Amino acid sequence: MGQYINIAWSSIFRYYYKMFNQEQLNAIDTIIKSHLIDSGVENVIYIDMAGNSITQHDNGNSNLDYMAFAALAAGNFAAVDAMAKLIGESEFSLLFHKGEKSSIHFSKVTEDTILITMFPKSISLGIVRLKVSKVVTEIKEICSA
Amino acid sequence: MALVNVKTKEVKVKIVYYGPGRGGKTTNLEYINNTYRDQIKSEMVSLKTQDDRTLFFDFLPFDIGRIKGFKVIIQLYTVPGQVKYNATRRLVLKGVDGIVFVADIQKFQRKRNIESLNQLYENLKTHNLDLFDLPLVMQYNKVDLRNKGEDSIPTKILQQDLNSVLRVPAFEASALGGGNVMKTLKKIISMTLASIQDQLF
Repeated sequence: MGQYINIAWSSIFRYYYKMFNQEQLNAIDTIIKSHLIDSGVENVIYIDMAGNSITQHDNGNSNLDYMAFAALAAGNFAAVDAMAKLIGESEFSLLFHKGEKSSIHFSKVTEDTILITMFPKSISLGIVRLKVSKVVTEIKEICSA
Repeated sequence: MALVNVKTKEVKVKIVYYGPGRGGKTTNLEYINNTYRDQIKSEMVSLKTQDDRTLFFDFLPFDIGRIKGFKVIIQLYTVPGQVKYNATRRLVLKGVDGIVFVADIQKFQRKRNIESLNQLYENLKTHNLDLFDLPLVMQYNKVDLRNKGEDSIPTKILQQDLNSVLRVPAFEASALGGGNVMKTLKKIISMTLASIQDQLF
């Protein structure tokens, strides 16, 4: 019965809410872990534009409040997006905040989703951008499959 | 648009408190946060100006148990009420599932209540949403001021101004003391969950 309900919910929700099925979520988790977490990144959160966290990963040393972070990150990204439109840009697809110990990198993945990566100063922005770009390409492939 | 995660078995629902400035939207969330602090795992987030006005939004998430095996997480947001922040209000409405319209019963706020509701309708249209199709609850806030002899708008007039066409559930409330805050919340949660289920089955 439980299995039946889950299948029904997933298939119907997929149609109405453009969300991911379990196989897609598993694949996204694997990509994030192998390309980002295993490279020394502290936290990765994949969110939608409404501020919901779709999936989140950390290196085991994090106490981040993911729900609050996702809401703030979506707001931040949306505000910058609105500013882009005000100056005639279609979008700023990349956002970066540099901190003393940690930095945050935002990257738009699809029209509705953003990938956020938090990384320590021991990792360079260039490496993160390279890895994130790979992850974004692979997630896009999963979404269009 | 509720987000459903089939892997973690979670449904995330977004409810936005909307209304004119200084109407009591943030006070609603603060009351809920203070009253149920022990049961709410996450901290309330408030982005406000130096003089305590909402700048971007307030955010308060909590879970309400399971439906059909899915953990239901309610995420409450407020919008900034000040007129100049309309672009921000529009951003916060992205992905909204249910709305509480917090009207201020003070007489001088009558026009602002109506303007705010009209703007809500317009802002939702930019997200291809129709106010008439969304779960909506009216809250007429600050009724405690009536007892203090303040000049207020009678509920009948508020209903005529704001709810004669929409005809949604309405509550007189006093967010500062908590009067009908939880009734409003329970109503919008049940309406929103019913609406999400209606779209599914």
